[in-house]
Amino acid sequence: MVENANAEAVLTAQGVAMRFGPRTIFKDVTFEVRRGEVFVILGGSGCGKSTLLKLLIGLMPPSKGEIRVLGGDWSALEGEARRGLLRRIGVMWQSGALLGSLTLAENIKLPIEAHTRLPEAARALVASAKLGLVGLDDAAERLPAEISGGMLKRAGIARAMALDPEILFLDEPSAGLDPITSAGLDALILSLARETGTTFIVVTHELQSILAIGDRCIMLDKDAQGMIAEGDPKKLRDESEHPTVRAFFRREAM
Amino acid sequence: MAGVHGPAQMPSSPFQAETEGGRLVLRFAGALDTPTAAARWEEAHRAAGAGAPLTIDAAGVTSLDSGGAALLVSLARLAGEAEWREPSEAAPRGALERFRNAIPAAPAAPRPKPFQPLTNIGAATLGRLRALGGRMAFLGETVLATLRLLPRPWRIRWAEVLRHLDEAGTRAFPLCILLGTLIGVILAFQSSVPMRQFGAEIFIPQLVGISLTRELGPLLASIILAGRTGSAYAAELGTMRVNEEVDALKIMGLDPVAWLVVPRILASTLVMPALTMVMNVTGIIGMMIVMATLGFPPVAVLNQLEQWLSVQDLAGGLGKAAVFGLAIGYIGCQAGLSAGRGPRAVGDAATGAVVGGIVALVVLDGIFAILFFRLGW
Repeated sequence: MVENANAEAVLTAQGVAMRFGPRTIFKDVTFEVRRGEVFVILGGSGCGKSTLLKLLIGLMPPSKGEIRVLGGDWSALEGEARRGLLRRIGVMWQSGALLGSLTLAENIKLPIEAHTRLPEAARALVASAKLGLVGLDDAAERLPAEISGGMLKRAGIARAMALDPEILFLDEPSAGLDPITSAGLDALILSLARETGTTFIVVTHELQSILAIGDRCIMLDKDAQGMIAEGDPKKLRDESEHPTVRAFFRREAM
Repeated sequence: MAGVHGPAQMPSSPFQAETEGGRLVLRFAGALDTPTAAARWEEAHRAAGAGAPLTIDAAGVTSLDSGGAALLVSLARLAGEAEWREPSEAAPRGALERFRNAIPAAPAAPRPKPFQPLTNIGAATLGRLRALGGRMAFLGETVLATLRLLPRPWRIRWAEVLRHLDEAGTRAFPLCILLGTLIGVILAFQSSVPMRQFGAEIFIPQLVGISLTRELGPLLASIILAGRTGSAYAAELGTMRVNEEVDALKIMGLDPVAWLVVPRILASTLVMPALTMVMNVTGIIGMMIVMATLGFPPVAVLNQLEQWLSVQDLAGGLGKAAVFGLAIGYIGCQAGLSAGRGPRAVGDAATGAVVGGIVALVVLDGIFAILFFRLGW
């Protein structure tokens, strides 16, 4: 929870717009994420949530606007500087995106090997600690194809956390999971956020999940081509007058 | 590995080894982070491995990340039993506690697989037999589906057949033209040297014509088909299987064999005579070019061909080609539909389709050679 609203901003987006050819996905997206909070990017299908995530992690440059992550601007960073910033963030992909030919433990050792000079024994210890943290200690030697969807997501989080990132990006963590597994994942995210002080940026449209974990959120909308709301999700649910926000939170047909 | 933590940082947390009343005390202070842990890993382990009972004093540690915690835990494991002095600050204490709680108590020992040669041979044999059985069953299904469609030809998806004819056929024409011309040129040149010794250059058209129409045309065209189309069938159907599209077809009451396999096999069978014909014609043109440089006008070459080349040669080759196309299409579809799950499985299916297709066409070619010989063709 953000006790201090003045906590340092770890990510800022200023007037960000994205176009694919003539099609505008969103424009004028402006927000900031403060250290230690769970920040949710929400919205219906096709509103550009995942595109925004790709911009935030530097996979694509925005058509317009500026994004700063931990003080760095992806478009200005190259080589070692870019690697240095990449080392400080972690991403959990929607499907886990674990390499199918490696065991879970090897998957988690991969970023450690790429970014540090820790010897193999240390990498193995860190990998088993990260797997233990997400409750997968007995699956370390399994291949991604041998485990369930919920386990894949948890393994994805473990890999994203391998380097103790300052910001952890999660793409649809609860999509395709049953309510119990999904609630377990939410609890895991909350406990990690509270205990390790990691900042979480979560892209999702799962209402339960948003209300359970989100400190603050922004909502994107396809028709408005941009942000339509910003703030505490519970307050938005109770107080917002915007028809789309009301429809989203109260499950009303528009 | 390049240093990624900025300019080679000096370890900010040197540790000290002291002896206190028979115990070895390793004292850490300051920021114990990953670069420090990596730099001091060997040194600390050498010190801890001395044999004396160990005390890990982390009271002065001000910050700790996973790499640092791994160093402390690894040292404690090395000593077997260690006395801990926890960090006095809350943040590193919490980090150390979380790390220790998260790792399993003992390192998970990898289970060695017992070596059982007899069991392995048995399992491999059974696996092969099962695969063979699957192949036979698929052959049966394909034949049945085709028989069911034959009296109702309008139920074959002709649009799909045309699409596959285009993909396997027209789009392969440039490659066939290139390959055919070159093979014609090469054959004519290679044979011209020994033929000249006997003054028999006029028989080059006969040699090239017969070897192209009877043997090389069908063979090369089917190698192109196996590489381009057989592998594409396998990858396409394998991906569809992974995406559960094949299961969806079954549930909608559509026979995946009739829906997916029959149009493809039909296309690969029909397209082969055309590809072979392109191969034959361009090969003969290539040969005519070489003959022209040797001083034989096209008319002479055509006369030779007319005299020596029979319709049987051509028809036999084209018929053979159709059978090759059938086999390659069938093997490609079978490999795709029996693919396992995952990205590697689709790749394996594509490889299996190409390798299986080429082996099958060489075996078939051998059978045809014997058959034609017996029939006196």
